[in-house]
Amino acid sequence: MSKLRILVPIKRVIDYATKPHVNRTQTAVMTANVKHSMNPFDELSIEEAVRLRERNTTPVEEIVAFSAGPPKAQDILRTAMAIGADRSIHVVVEEKDALEPLGVAKLLQKVVDEQKSNLVILGKQSIDDDAGQTGQMLAGLLNWAQATQASKVSIEGESVTVTREVDGGVETLKTKLPMVITTDLRLNEPRYASLPNIMKAKKKKLEKKTLADYGLAENLKLKTIKVTEPPTRKGGVKVEDVDGMISKLKELGAL
Amino acid sequence: MATSSRVLASLRRVSVPRQASPLLQRFQPAIRVRWAGTTSATSEPHQPNENGTVSSSPAPAKAIKLTSETYPELQRNSKFAKLSQDHVKYFQELLGSESAVVDGLSKDASEDIEPFNSDWMRKYRGQTKLVLKPQSTQEVSSILEYCNKNRLAVVPQGGNTGLVGGSVPVFDEIVINLQKMNKIRAFDEVSGILVADAGVILEVADNFLAEKNHIFPLDLGAKGSCQIGGNVSTNAGGLRLLRYGSLHGNVLGIEAVLPDGTIMNDLSTLRKNNTGYDLKQLFIGGEGTIGIITAISIICPQRSEAINVAYFGLESYEQVQKAFSEAKTQLSEILSAFELMDGRSQKIVNTVTGKRFPLEGEYPFYCLIETSGSNTDHDSEKLQNFLESVMESSIVSDGVLAQDQTQIQDLWAYREGISECLGHWGGVYKYDLSLPISDLYELVNDVRDRLIEAGVVGDDDSFPAVDVVGYGHMGDANLHLNVAVRRYDKKVEKLLEPFVYEWVQRKNGSISAEHGLGIAKKAYIGYSRDETMIRLMKQIKNLYDPNGIMNPYKYI
Repeated sequence: MSKLRILVPIKRVIDYATKPHVNRTQTAVMTANVKHSMNPFDELSIEEAVRLRERNTTPVEEIVAFSAGPPKAQDILRTAMAIGADRSIHVVVEEKDALEPLGVAKLLQKVVDEQKSNLVILGKQSIDDDAGQTGQMLAGLLNWAQATQASKVSIEGESVTVTREVDGGVETLKTKLPMVITTDLRLNEPRYASLPNIMKAKKKKLEKKTLADYGLAENLKLKTIKVTEPPTRKGGVKVEDVDGMISKLKELGAL
Repeated sequence: MATSSRVLASLRRVSVPRQASPLLQRFQPAIRVRWAGTTSATSEPHQPNENGTVSSSPAPAKAIKLTSETYPELQRNSKFAKLSQDHVKYFQELLGSESAVVDGLSKDASEDIEPFNSDWMRKYRGQTKLVLKPQSTQEVSSILEYCNKNRLAVVPQGGNTGLVGGSVPVFDEIVINLQKMNKIRAFDEVSGILVADAGVILEVADNFLAEKNHIFPLDLGAKGSCQIGGNVSTNAGGLRLLRYGSLHGNVLGIEAVLPDGTIMNDLSTLRKNNTGYDLKQLFIGGEGTIGIITAISIICPQRSEAINVAYFGLESYEQVQKAFSEAKTQLSEILSAFELMDGRSQKIVNTVTGKRFPLEGEYPFYCLIETSGSNTDHDSEKLQNFLESVMESSIVSDGVLAQDQTQIQDLWAYREGISECLGHWGGVYKYDLSLPISDLYELVNDVRDRLIEAGVVGDDDSFPAVDVVGYGHMGDANLHLNVAVRRYDKKVEKLLEPFVYEWVQRKNGSISAEHGLGIAKKAYIGYSRDETMIRLMKQIKNLYDPNGIMNPYKYI
């Protein structure tokens, strides 16, 4: 029986409790001096990998966290290792050259080959781009089975059962390793990083690599033309009485 | 429940076609008991309901007991004139606009007047017939001059969020509410000095400052409705005191109207001004007894970009003290909060909210540390070093560090949720005390032993008290001693008072650290101040307000 070699790709994004602002030139969201943290769906992925190890229904040989992003992405890799990843790989990609989902999927394909992973757990989407494509593209490139939006995962030997929430109920899928799983909000509740584990994480291995190390180069297929904030809601008005309301409705053409 | 904020936050930005409601069910206290206590302990809000049933909407205001009934020994002072039609007419002409005068004398305006008569805890209710909302300092001056001449008693009122009944009338005192004086007058981006009307809401002021990268040096739970004039008047403490100090230091100037209508213009924007007695200090924490603050100038610090929160479990109160002194040494200028919570209080939060414990093991003490600074990397490095050193020297047994904004809020919720969760069984006797830091927690043990010995604390309904817990602002040596109860009980009250006050007196502590005196603590000032002090205070009161029209029956 083979052991699990889990790869958990994670992304550094603007903290989801922070309100993002569009820059003046309307080309991107402002990121300087804005609080960043791990994409919340990715926290679920790393937590689930650690829980699979704790449940030990199929032994976990290794959990590798991976991120492609600016130098600061190291912070979230350290967090992932404090939560329970054994080591991590950081492909340095500057913020201005951020990869597209297909680029990420191709990179991950190489990493999977290199690390001999047999299970990839990743967030169903990142909350900054909201593309929600990487997991599916990766499964396609690897020609592996995939289960998206997982709300429950159990693994017995080679056989994997995933429950996913769909419109109108839940769907339970069963397949065999290797596979790709994308995580949804109800999968688990990520633990806090404890101080002893934060300290241990400092000593864990963090490998720095480049796209070239994987034989890849930037190949952007999309161009961002414009970024705008959603229109601000207009405040309501108070009317004095029923007549006032009727005339206001008429004025607005609702009557 | 524990994931609700996470789910909510993500839902906002990620479109997830799903019902989130099961996770969003909020905790509702199962029983609510009408406040019927006669102690001076501050009660929890939202309690009144005679039959102990849960009601989603607040009970009608009439259900609040009149303050004059709760305190039968108080009599209306007959030297004050009764409000007449002529008085009302004068004020209507003076203030002009219709909305500036709520007249309950010539017509029935009880519904409109009720919010000004009763406090938010629904514990105090006065009987005023007139509310005035002046729009300028000049109007306040004319009102007071007239009231002083005609011996009409008044109560200055801000957001009416006080905890000791200081901002509502006892009998028929005229309410002077400052809500219409709500303009920010000036802000200097270089010095950080803000000049604003007294009626500006704290959160409005803080949001205004946030846009300019500054911060109001005071933060508290009621910030959405309390007014900065009221904050200064009551010398509010709150969450940022450890870092930014008390209002006595931050307020640079005050514009106030004295009872005879004199406008005291001390709205200085100078940090240094050693020219004579610093009279404005009398108004800070004066609770509206010698004049009405109409504007303040205050120095506001730069807002911090980087915020970190850690939460620890510790084995003893000695270790908590060591951790505090280590935090001061190693974190020094970036330390912005050091909060103490005992194990029992955290267990109660855990039981009531069902939120996951931040730590795996259980400890008798917990503390929460917040740092805020200008440089994330610098702060993180300092914090890491601090965390390593307290872990290695075994001062701290276990701990977690928040990794994102939501975890920061979740950890704070374990501290800020205590007050609400303690009310779960029905009611709480609350004491807000200042004590020497080494004795801070001993009082909690003593009170708990005393109640257990008397057989009033237990796990089932036959015992009135649930538990005795302690928590508070360790950084300010400010303890919140709370007794969670299933019902208000004379026996428990007799065990608590005067025991608690005498204990505090023996340690030279204060019976009211940040909540003030108002009507609730007036009778107990003697435990914290000697006769000479009280006599000198009374001299000041008589000097500024010889007719005693300002906020009578309260304070000293």
